[in-house]
Amino acid sequence: MITTKDLTKVYTSRGRQVSALRGVDLHVREGEVYGVVGTSGAGKSTLIRCVNMLERPTSGTVTVAGVELTALRGSEHRAGRELREARRRIGMVFQHFNLLSSRTVQENVELPLEITGLDRAARRRRAAELLELVGLGGKAGAYPGQLSGGQKQRVGIARALAGDPKVLLSDEATSALDPETTRSILGLLRTLNQELGLTVLLITHEMDVVKSVCDSAALMRDGRIVESGTLTDLLSDGTSELARELFPLGDSAGPDGTVLEITFQGDSSGRPFISQLARTYQIDLNILGAAVETIGGRQVGRMRVQLPGFHQDNVVPIGYLREQGLQVDVITETGANAFGSKGVLA
Amino acid sequence: MTWDDMQPLLHDATIETLQMVGIATLVTLLLGLPLGILLVLTDRGGLLRNRPVNKVVGAIVNVGRSLPFVILLVALIPFTRWVVGTSIGWQAATVPLAVGAIPFYARLVETAVRGVDGGLVEAVQAMGGSTWAVVRKALLPEALPDLVSALTTTVIALIGYSAMAGTVGGGGLGNLAITYGYMRFETGFMIVIVIELVVLVTLVQLIGDLVVRRLSHRGAATGLLARLRRA
Repeated sequence: MITTKDLTKVYTSRGRQVSALRGVDLHVREGEVYGVVGTSGAGKSTLIRCVNMLERPTSGTVTVAGVELTALRGSEHRAGRELREARRRIGMVFQHFNLLSSRTVQENVELPLEITGLDRAARRRRAAELLELVGLGGKAGAYPGQLSGGQKQRVGIARALAGDPKVLLSDEATSALDPETTRSILGLLRTLNQELGLTVLLITHEMDVVKSVCDSAALMRDGRIVESGTLTDLLSDGTSELARELFPLGDSAGPDGTVLEITFQGDSSGRPFISQLARTYQIDLNILGAAVETIGGRQVGRMRVQLPGFHQDNVVPIGYLREQGLQVDVITETGANAFGSKGVLA
Repeated sequence: MTWDDMQPLLHDATIETLQMVGIATLVTLLLGLPLGILLVLTDRGGLLRNRPVNKVVGAIVNVGRSLPFVILLVALIPFTRWVVGTSIGWQAATVPLAVGAIPFYARLVETAVRGVDGGLVEAVQAMGGSTWAVVRKALLPEALPDLVSALTTTVIALIGYSAMAGTVGGGGLGNLAITYGYMRFETGFMIVIVIELVVLVTLVQLIGDLVVRRLSHRGAATGLLARLRRA
């Protein structure tokens, strides 16, 4: 639904060149919620703004819903007619909402429809529908200045949906909100994704956002995507930095023995495999850390356990765990602490 | 001078002042507003960024603002005659008044429009709006309270300038104060005229502030008021 190929963006300021994007290939499938995470300055904001050409990439292509936007006419600040029409089919929500303070909630939602030239009655009907959809049916006549942050973002979402887009871009939409409001806004995005089949591309610096709504994720650093994939795939990849960040178990390797990291997804999370292991092989297990979370609607758990003895002493129990459909990664052997905390987003 | 002597003079002068200031304000609004917006749009980072145009318009505005009004009044005589067909009377005075106020208001418009959050411009662009849509739907409505407040300041400045219109036989309250109050030592009459000017300026400011207050929906205070009114 959204594809970027070898996207680069170079800013020139006072003769100095700064690369914000250094060859980004992004592929967002229809109907999924895709999260791009990274620290500030990683280039994620530039990336999402390149998707609807608010920033024109220096090179590379952007294709949204089959239309190659980079091929459409227009400078960075003045879009040609075709690009403007393409933008009407891409909704966007912003971190600071960007609502017009001089218009009521209803008039704010009507704004994109005024631009497309819909008549007054139809605009009114559509705005009322959208406000109902985002749970603000009673606030049509209020001004943005009278609303809370969460309500403002709901207006922002309703406005973004006015043109009935297939794609929604979310630029740190929850970063200015408190945790509880963040949850409700993310819940709304999820609902819209499921009920309207909306494809959502969001950027965020918060892992929790990815954890609670995303189907797929990408990690950005220094203008590049260093890792990407569906959350399910990322979590079953023992070397994934994103997976580690989604599941921070700390840095608690014991002094000796073999430390394993066990990841389980779906139905295997319901089985008591640890006690089965201890009973079957008469091993004294030491649990160093564990977490179970719901990620993208699936139960996923990770546990770090310490077994006595060297790796070769534990081949049989490790084999047993793998047979159970669990994913097992051997982290350390006898004091050799190979795993340090890799702070991806610290 | 008795009140009966003063009254007809005051009446005519007030009408003249209101006519001069009124017409000049209208012309200023019509030309100063687009000029101010053009200054913002053509500037670096603007939607129509164009250095040459921005520099030229900026220079014209600066020259217009630095000329003392009395000099403008005299220097513009040929132009005035071409526009209104005469170089004397209140009609003639409106031309230099407007020419003086246009750059003044344009700069104030520029500041007001610059104050609009860039995020709103981006929002309109993201929903497929043209530059014209950005100006009409975001910049102007969002800057409206500041634009009205700037217009109030301009009208008051025009009332002040109009006092000098007497130089070309333009009449008006300021002229009356100088010819009667100053030249003929009618201190009492001068005080009356000054009081009327104070009242006039205060009235303009009050109306301006009232309109601004009605137009702003920003602060929480307006929100509270609106809620109380609805309750």
